[in-house]
Amino acid sequence: MNPLLELNHVSYAYHSMSGETQALSNISFQVEDGEFISIVGPSGCGKSTLLSLISGLIEPETGSIKLNGTNIHDSSTNIGYMLQKDHLFEWRTVYSNVLLGLEIQKKLTSRNKDNVDYMLETYGLQKFRDSKPSELSGGMRQRAALIRTLALEPDLLLLDEPFSALDYQTRLSVGDDIGSIIKHEKKTAILVTHDLSEAISLGDRVIILSKRPGSIRKIVPIHIDMEDRTALKSRNAPEFKDYFNLIWKELNDDE
Amino acid sequence: MNDLSISQAKYLAEHIRHKRIVTIARIMVFVIFMLLWEVTTRLQIIDSFIFSSPSRIATTFISMTKDGSIFTHIGITLAETLVSFMLVNVIGVAVAVLLWLSKKTSEIMEPYLVVLNSLPKSALAPLLIVWLGANTKTIIVAGISVAIFGTIISMYAGFVEVNPEKIKLIYTLGGRKRHALFKVVLPSNIPNLISNMKVNIGLSLVGVIIGEFLAARRGLGYLIIYGSQVFKLDWVMMSIVILCIIAMVLYKLINLLEKCYLKRI
Repeated sequence: MNPLLELNHVSYAYHSMSGETQALSNISFQVEDGEFISIVGPSGCGKSTLLSLISGLIEPETGSIKLNGTNIHDSSTNIGYMLQKDHLFEWRTVYSNVLLGLEIQKKLTSRNKDNVDYMLETYGLQKFRDSKPSELSGGMRQRAALIRTLALEPDLLLLDEPFSALDYQTRLSVGDDIGSIIKHEKKTAILVTHDLSEAISLGDRVIILSKRPGSIRKIVPIHIDMEDRTALKSRNAPEFKDYFNLIWKELNDDE
Repeated sequence: MNDLSISQAKYLAEHIRHKRIVTIARIMVFVIFMLLWEVTTRLQIIDSFIFSSPSRIATTFISMTKDGSIFTHIGITLAETLVSFMLVNVIGVAVAVLLWLSKKTSEIMEPYLVVLNSLPKSALAPLLIVWLGANTKTIIVAGISVAIFGTIISMYAGFVEVNPEKIKLIYTLGGRKRHALFKVVLPSNIPNLISNMKVNIGLSLVGVIIGEFLAARRGLGYLIIYGSQVFKLDWVMMSIVILCIIAMVLYKLINLLEKCYLKRI
């Protein structure tokens, strides 16, 4: 059986009048169904570029990206992409914001709407469905953005530092929140972050990228033995510190 | 709401007092100006034949309402202004959308738009008469010409200022350029459109009056130019006063529209 996602020797460069910037070089890895992958690396190492490539928004210069064994553009695999900021539209209610994706893809079926209603209910936004986004807290906005993404029932979820705009306190609880929503919905996810604790606490594997041009330094599998592992509980696990030190060392081992 | 602290109550009282002073002073400025105008003409300090006077304006207005002619003039000018105002907004937004759709076109057109925008449009009016004839068409085109280029430029500027991340969001949700346009670019530019409308309503009126100066048989612009030629300065002054009122009412209407929009959002 093919892995859900497979990257083979992917490279990408940005072009501008002042020159060419190699963003990613020779990236290869695979993601199995149901896995949660965290990607960490120094800023500017091409983490976000990697997600844009996987989502098909931009094309790799060399190498190939395959979903379930077929090329991304021919594949029927759905990809959900969550950006750094929620970008909820102020001129829409929370409800019509979360329907945006369905509206664009003309999938406003009653089954899909029921699914959205169910998620709003489950994740505590039902009573805000007719509110404006500005009435929501940062954490609630991020949850609304996640529901907007999940409404399209993606097989693979890409998260581009979705918690970075939140203050630390909210960030911990929203991270925990969103982590368990994703587990609950049994989604495969790739999280890009520069926060090592976040990467370890949420991920099944952590991919460490080098400085620009980003290439894979190491892939660290995370084994935290506990029942009902959640992001917050993981932070207290005895193994957590070891993983942290290992990844920290790997990231700072440049010289 | 009932238990305001003393300092809050004092602040509110101060605020209300300030508002009241502004309103009273505004009315006073108007009343004093009218009184001075009336009194100085009565005492023949200034010549009421050239400067007219509030009472002469009122008499002229009343006599013209009796034969109904004033309503024709006002109605025509108003209709022409509203038609050019509508067209300015529709065409302005449409062209701005085309420019947004094609970066190349917008770069090619930029210098031309800038030149046309700074060109005094009254210079075009005589040409319009030759091309289109001395008729309503010319007047409406004159009304459009004054406001259209500014509208295109500022609507387009608003379009390109839309946060690229918001447009990226549309693409991540599987949308295409037209979705970006209808779901993000246009809705987020409604405030921009309204503030353009506030400027355009006045500019359309300016353009229409310029057009009427040259190409009309009826309308307030015609009344002004005809009145000045036959030395009926009461007509001129009255038309100007009516224009002031029209300009104010139209502006207030757009303000009302804005309030409705802000309330809905």
